[in-house]
Amino acid sequence: MLCDICGKNPASVHLTEIIDNQVTELHLCEECARSKNLEMEQQFGLGDLLAGLAEFNKGTEGLESVKLKCPNCLLSYEDFKKIGKLGCSQCYLTFKRYLASLLKKIHGSNRHVGKAPVKLARLSSANSSNRKAILEELRQKLHKAVEAEAFEEAARIRDKIRELEKKENKNETE
Amino acid sequence: MKLNDLINHTSEWLKGSGPYPDIVISSRIRLARNLNNIPFPHRMNKRQAQEIAEMVEKAVKEIDFLKNAIFIGLQELDALDKQFLIERHLMSYEHARPDNYRALVLEENEIISIMVNEEDHLRMQVMQSGLNLFEALNIMNRIDDALAQHLDFAFSTEWGYLTSCPTNTGTGLRGSVMLHLPALVMTRQINRILSAIAKLSFTTRGLYGEGTQATGNFFQVSNQVSLGHNEEEIISNINALIKQVVEQEEQTRQNLLSHQRSMLEDKIWRSFGILKNAFIISSEETIELLSMVRLGVDLKIINKIDRPLINRLFLITQPAHLQKLENKRLSSQERDVKRAEILRQYLKDIG
Repeated sequence: MLCDICGKNPASVHLTEIIDNQVTELHLCEECARSKNLEMEQQFGLGDLLAGLAEFNKGTEGLESVKLKCPNCLLSYEDFKKIGKLGCSQCYLTFKRYLASLLKKIHGSNRHVGKAPVKLARLSSANSSNRKAILEELRQKLHKAVEAEAFEEAARIRDKIRELEKKENKNETE
Repeated sequence: MKLNDLINHTSEWLKGSGPYPDIVISSRIRLARNLNNIPFPHRMNKRQAQEIAEMVEKAVKEIDFLKNAIFIGLQELDALDKQFLIERHLMSYEHARPDNYRALVLEENEIISIMVNEEDHLRMQVMQSGLNLFEALNIMNRIDDALAQHLDFAFSTEWGYLTSCPTNTGTGLRGSVMLHLPALVMTRQINRILSAIAKLSFTTRGLYGEGTQATGNFFQVSNQVSLGHNEEEIISNINALIKQVVEQEEQTRQNLLSHQRSMLEDKIWRSFGILKNAFIISSEETIELLSMVRLGVDLKIINKIDRPLINRLFLITQPAHLQKLENKRLSSQERDVKRAEILRQYLKDIG
């Protein structure tokens, strides 16, 4: 099969475009695919799609959103709308009020219910209520590990719990 | 372990084992993670990119079960090596772009790989043969928890793990399953199935992920939503969906066997005949024909070939693998000749 664009080289890249339920198939050689790919990315990358979603927020966005800029990576809200990607973890704080509705549109929810990082290094500085939550999570993990007969893991978690409990007791006596 | 040793190695996902090995090729779990405050890959400078790579390398070395993993800076690799890794599903097309400082952590059994500085600072993946998402998630959680002790992952209690693209925010989790659905394609039921999958907010992609077309009846199904459900829920949903698709494929295969056996045998043996006798063959044709032969093996119409061999043929007939085997650059025409030669060699005593 020859390339649909240049008609010279054998087609090695196959694209399916779906626009308004119309399926168009394209068979391209590597060279033409590269140029087509660039063109397509410019035409409708994921960025545009997200930017389109973010546009929905327009009514609620005041003038201040135009000037909004992340203090850490200097990404502006306008730029985010163009590229559809955040610049760093701080952007989530900076653009929080706009992201809440965007995330809800994408995922149908804007509340994380999954796992959280277990940060051992942080534990020593964690305050007491935090530590209780972490302890509780660790105990659940221990339970799961034992159930799954992952004893090495279980032993590790048990040691973490002991270490934490020691700190907890020390705090209380202080 | 060296990169070139992989050529004779059987990737985990090619073993042809695990639950439903006839229809489900492999299961993959991917987690996206970023480090706090450092700009995401598309906005960081070279120094920051290198810093991330160094931090990840150091963290990986601290982890017991990754102690035999290799750490590769992508700038050390040529285009062929990169293509080779993509064909083995160890990294994405996106990751092969010559952009900033990118790296890859590769565990010796090819079950675990970590892309550093792709769209996110870390893209970790775990592969398993067959329908094995839960086991893949277990392994992934161990890696994630171990790394979290050494790396400061960007996380918010409200929105979960913070990713470069808001479509991954939350769990950062993508579970994908590679399916082989020749009977549903043959009976033209596949579009109905694919649109049902899309309605349930799952996506279908081709053999090599984002932007690739489904060839040879292979489809990759994955979740779209990463926020608002926990990891187990997301995986359970995909798992339940896949089981239904598998059941439909299974039933259709049985229907074809009982009502159109001759047609089926004809298609399978003709495909086998071409693979065994061709002198010039493209990689697309190979995938399509091997797909039929695989169906023949699954349905015990062809008995002298096993699934690992079929899977191996799928892999070594890919462009970069052919060139690695030959140890030299081959033009597209030369590859088509070499591919046919290898197929004839492997299949000569069978049939």
